[in-house]
Amino acid sequence: MDAVAIERALSRVAHEIVERNPDEESLTLVGIRTRGVPLARRLAANIGSILGRAIATGELDITMHRDDLALRETLPRVGPSDISFDVNDRTLVLVDDVLFTGRTIRAALDELSDFGRPRRIQLAILVDRGHRELPIRPDFVGKNVPTALNERIRVRLVEVDGKDEVLLER
Amino acid sequence: MNTTWRHKDLLGIQELTAEEITFLLDTAAAFKQVGERSIKKVPSLRGKTLVNLFIEPSTRTRTSFELAAKRLSADVININTTASSLVKGETLKDTALNLQALNADIIVIRHSAAGAPHFLARFLKASIINAGDGAHEHPTQALLDAFTIREHKGRIDGLNVTILGDILYSRVARSNIWLLTKLGARVTLAGPSTLVPRVFEQFGCRVVHDIETAIGDADVINLLRIQHERQRKTMFPSIGEYTAMFGLNKDRFARTKPDALIMHPGPINRGVEIDSEIADCDRSVILEQVTNGLAVRMAVLFVCSGGQL
Amino acid sequence: MKSLLIKGGRVIDPANHVDEVRDVFIAESKIVASAQDAEVIDARGKIVTPGLIDMHVHLREPGRGDKETVETGTRCAARGGFTSIVCMPNTTPAADNTGTIAFIRQRVAEVGCVNVFPTGAISKELKGEELAPIGSLKKAGIVALTDDGHCVQSNDLMRRAVEYAKMFNLPVLDHCQDYSLVADGVVHEGYWSAALGLRGWPATGEDVIVARNVLLAELTDWWIHCQHISSARSVQLIREAKRRGVKISAEACPHHFTMTDGCVKAYETNFKMNPPLRTEHDRDGILEGLADGTIDCIASDHAPHCTYEKEVEFDLAPFGIIGLETELALSLELVRKKVLTLPALIERFTTKPATLLRLNKGTLSMGADADVTIIDPEIEWTYDVTQSASKSRNSPFHGWQMRGKAERTIVGGVTKFP
Repeated sequence: MDAVAIERALSRVAHEIVERNPDEESLTLVGIRTRGVPLARRLAANIGSILGRAIATGELDITMHRDDLALRETLPRVGPSDISFDVNDRTLVLVDDVLFTGRTIRAALDELSDFGRPRRIQLAILVDRGHRELPIRPDFVGKNVPTALNERIRVRLVEVDGKDEVLLER
Repeated sequence: MNTTWRHKDLLGIQELTAEEITFLLDTAAAFKQVGERSIKKVPSLRGKTLVNLFIEPSTRTRTSFELAAKRLSADVININTTASSLVKGETLKDTALNLQALNADIIVIRHSAAGAPHFLARFLKASIINAGDGAHEHPTQALLDAFTIREHKGRIDGLNVTILGDILYSRVARSNIWLLTKLGARVTLAGPSTLVPRVFEQFGCRVVHDIETAIGDADVINLLRIQHERQRKTMFPSIGEYTAMFGLNKDRFARTKPDALIMHPGPINRGVEIDSEIADCDRSVILEQVTNGLAVRMAVLFVCSGGQL
Repeated sequence: MKSLLIKGGRVIDPANHVDEVRDVFIAESKIVASAQDAEVIDARGKIVTPGLIDMHVHLREPGRGDKETVETGTRCAARGGFTSIVCMPNTTPAADNTGTIAFIRQRVAEVGCVNVFPTGAISKELKGEELAPIGSLKKAGIVALTDDGHCVQSNDLMRRAVEYAKMFNLPVLDHCQDYSLVADGVVHEGYWSAALGLRGWPATGEDVIVARNVLLAELTDWWIHCQHISSARSVQLIREAKRRGVKISAEACPHHFTMTDGCVKAYETNFKMNPPLRTEHDRDGILEGLADGTIDCIASDHAPHCTYEKEVEFDLAPFGIIGLETELALSLELVRKKVLTLPALIERFTTKPATLLRLNKGTLSMGADADVTIIDPEIEWTYDVTQSASKSRNSPFHGWQMRGKAERTIVGGVTKFP
């Protein structure tokens, strides 16, 4: 995907989110660090202009909830999460760049429940590359890209990497 | 992004680089946020066993480590014993080997003998965390002190930090000296000449023996607890004389910089090293140090034993 | 007993001012001018000296045979090239009574493989309060008085002890330590004690007692020998006193002229000894003292301790290291570093201690006891403490590459090592 394709996908996803949640006052987007965060902000901006009001966002660092820490030789860097609103009884849309095994989302769900009890959680993904290891499915998908296990999806975003693109690497 | 932290133990600040120290402080910031959630627990150390081996008693530090471990979902065992019972009965080595036989993953040790954690690290597979070894080091205390300073001042580099009191017998002083000098602070040590000997100039510190010089341009003032027990009786005549010469009273406090932080590792001797009101004033960050201690210890436990080092 | 001919070695015999390649004959356990049917020992390329003397060894018997015995301790000595050793009185019970001396001498006769000269205590139970029965101890066979392990703090008692010892021609050896200055110090007081948070043992704690010994030696006009000198200031005090003709002497241990206090930085208890390792400046002071003769002898202060006793927190570990088997190699380094010539080094192990203690040893004169050490000065070897003859393993030199070793140790005409 190039920058234009990404923009179009995000625009479509924003509309789908609004369509699925017609009367949602409490709609909030939570980006999963790292690249889920700028994606969440862009979606919030899109949804905001559709609805004519500001949409709240938050950031989640799921490192502490990973299920593979004990298997690793060195640990990933931990950063703080920023959930400055009350999650209780809220509709949250988790946002991430790539959906693969589903374990990151599982960790995100666990971490969110440490903050309280949302009314419902939906999942918005830029690219779904398949190979789920857990029963996790996205509600909103930018693009389905079937991949082989030895391939990689590389997402670059302006806010993090200086440009927008999605590449499939073999 | 993976880290380059490759130590399974935290024995002291002396052996860490400035990058490693900064990394620990950054990680602590993430863990501080956990304490502000409604569920103050993360599963990172689930299934790991932490033993608090406190040969020298301490309720505060032990509780802090215990809570830190529990917030990381580890199982905690507390062993409190005095050195004398170890000497009469089991050696430290045997006690530690027994803990290893129970597959303890982390041993937090506080001991009155300097070098005790290094001794354990030589033959145990578990992560050894130094919670204070004699007069040598108390690394998590220095880390939480630095974390607190950084939160208020935004940096450590270039700050004037004064440590006041019994430096010679203080592990808190030593760990702070290593950390602050590595991160670029200008450290002043102050106290009676018997307790703050000139040899500390070789550690890159300024040594002074009058409180006015020490605190006049300080951005941070870290007060150490002063004790007049057996070992110190020949070092200074009385608590009264110490307080008169070095106590942080109202007059002296008035001559400090208006934004100078007041710190103390606790427990405070009100009216001795610090006037009661000053301990409670808004420039005193003593209670924040305790909160930050929890975050720092969570970070240390996570980083030393969360993986497979 | 077979006669021996030690052939073609470089014979260094300071007592007779000999340093040349020549043959040494041994018959009937004495040095002789020649002998028939002698077994030939090829000593070409080797150094042949009078049997070396170590005047500071802890044999631990009676009382702590778990650390070392007369048998194992003397075997260490033989392996190290020493034919005579002087053992210290801090046994259990202390050597403050004739019974202990008799016991030691009996054990030596039964199982000892080198000559052992016992010392007797200055004070009862080494407590520094009352004089031990010095006259009886002399009769029982001691060669010197010392409270080693401890130090008589009362200047008055020390003075009286030295005056009394004079009557018996006994030199007094002193472990120089002022208890109040040293308190519970475990490492040299300086940069490293400050960095490691360990209690310091200031050099002044040794200097103060050396100074008092100088003054008492002057007052009593008798011999006081300062053991294991570790401080540069002490060397200076002794040098100055010798210039004035005071009857003062001194010894130094290999660890004090080889290592410094930085060695303790990992809290390894095999670097914990009393007096402690000190700074480069102190080490240099010892080297100067050895070079100009201020320090008369080299001794090991061989101090065995069981492994379980040393494998504890640094503060709790006993002081001391074994040293008989590494002493010679470390001392030969002094020759390589041009601190001493080889003959001067040999003096430190032969004529000097023999003279101080009035021993009929340390020479290859005709009719002298056939105690001979044959040294291979160039052989390279690695010290493996696990193979030591000692019962104990507390050495900081394990794994060190060494150069020079005793090849053969002959005591009274009999080869005791290998």
